[in-house]
Amino acid sequence: MICPGEAFIENTPFMSGRLMSVPHLLVHDRKDTVGVVVIEGLKAGTDMLGVVTADNSSFQLTAKMEVPIGHKVALVDIKAGDTVWKYGHDIGKAVADIKKGEHVHIHNLKTKRW
Amino acid sequence: MTSGNGKSNLRFHGWRRENGRVGVRNHVLILPLDDLSNAACEAVAGHIKGTLAIPHAYGRLQFGEDLELFFRTLIGTGSNPNVAAAVVIGIEDGWTKRVTDGIAKTGKPVTGFGIEGTGDIMTVAKAARAAKDYLQWASELRREECDISDLWISTKCGESDTTTGLASCPTVGNMYDKLIPKGIHGVFGETSEITGAEHLAKARAINAEIGEKWMKAWQAYEDEVIQAHKTDDLQESQPTKGNIAGGLTTIEEKALGNLEKIGRNCRYIDVLTPAEMPARGSGLYYMDTSSAAAECVTLMAAAGYVVHTFPTGQGNVIGNPILPIIKISGNPRTVRTMSEHIDLDVSGILRREMTLEEAGDALIEMILRTANGRLTAAEALGHREFVITKLYRSA
Repeated sequence: MICPGEAFIENTPFMSGRLMSVPHLLVHDRKDTVGVVVIEGLKAGTDMLGVVTADNSSFQLTAKMEVPIGHKVALVDIKAGDTVWKYGHDIGKAVADIKKGEHVHIHNLKTKRW
Repeated sequence: MTSGNGKSNLRFHGWRRENGRVGVRNHVLILPLDDLSNAACEAVAGHIKGTLAIPHAYGRLQFGEDLELFFRTLIGTGSNPNVAAAVVIGIEDGWTKRVTDGIAKTGKPVTGFGIEGTGDIMTVAKAARAAKDYLQWASELRREECDISDLWISTKCGESDTTTGLASCPTVGNMYDKLIPKGIHGVFGETSEITGAEHLAKARAINAEIGEKWMKAWQAYEDEVIQAHKTDDLQESQPTKGNIAGGLTTIEEKALGNLEKIGRNCRYIDVLTPAEMPARGSGLYYMDTSSAAAECVTLMAAAGYVVHTFPTGQGNVIGNPILPIIKISGNPRTVRTMSEHIDLDVSGILRREMTLEEAGDALIEMILRTANGRLTAAEALGHREFVITKLYRSA
């Protein structure tokens, strides 16, 4: 499993258990290869603050393109055919190569089920 | 959450009905047996202000399992404790009586009228007189203090996006984790929408037998509904066009977000057929339903649930005639652009300003306010979607 491990910042600034700055990106689980943009108007080139909700760890990632709120961004380079992980589980397979920081949606990710 | 006298301080004021169940609304329902009787029912409700007609599209030439579900839905709707009394109008007396007999088992007042041999005008006159008597009688019923354990709270999400899996669905899950141990009845469903997370759903059953029962229901839906009728990968149907606009890509992703509604600790104790009333006491249930919002909520109302929690991302506007639907959203854009539809804003979770614990507590407070009489956004906006689930074509 690919993990954006080296990008994690261990000494995140917390105040009463809360982050001092608002994240751009939320990730459910450390195992995940995609995260969700949670702010409106994200621009290409933004250095995003990402937070993993499972353990409150944080990391940084540069957005390669404009991505709408609620849409996914690749946390790692993903190859066509790779399983994509979210919530720590399989959410389908990549049908195109996806670079870290790029938009992940119906153009490059498909269900394995139907 | 327990006071000195041993009672939970999570209390509300509701109407205790003849059969002991507690309602949070006090409707006098004008219930059509069939599509042909909608006009008469709407005429009665138009004349007797404060009564509620719920027109629908079916009731003719249904048979077998589909007919059984139809009767279960109508009888269950009339039997729901949010209904004080019911007037049933049908094209003929036989099936009309089947519905009134079913509702009468609760002990609540109910009368039926058949149109054949009488005509709409005389039927409306007679039914309106009964409706007026029921309305005046119901208007004098008083709420009494009840414990949270008297609440039956259902859930189903709609127009989901990735924020529902991050915020509004886990808010419902946190509420269930807190209230199921307090003795409420809960229910979740949406069989096709667990696809991709069926192994996780199965593992949340109370025991292996119920887990197998769940898996059988899921497999039947997959084989008999999805695989039997699909012409493509269901893209734009499941996930919906709205889900996709909101960033959800695959059914697996949608399913994992959906399951967040049952929290971390709850286990479901039985698997219900559509509109089936739970019979194993308090706890969380699974109901085998479609994922279409109005169909699913109509079935849960027919099973006897009295308050519904509805997470939405992109802004589903659904309501139900008898079941108050509390809308919860964590999408800041939806909360801003569709504010009139949202009862509880949990977008603070995305900004890490609000914890799930706080969101769950805020939902419990909103449930109690709703049970005490606060109209939900959907009620204030007049959303009364009553949609019967049909299993196959009529004869």
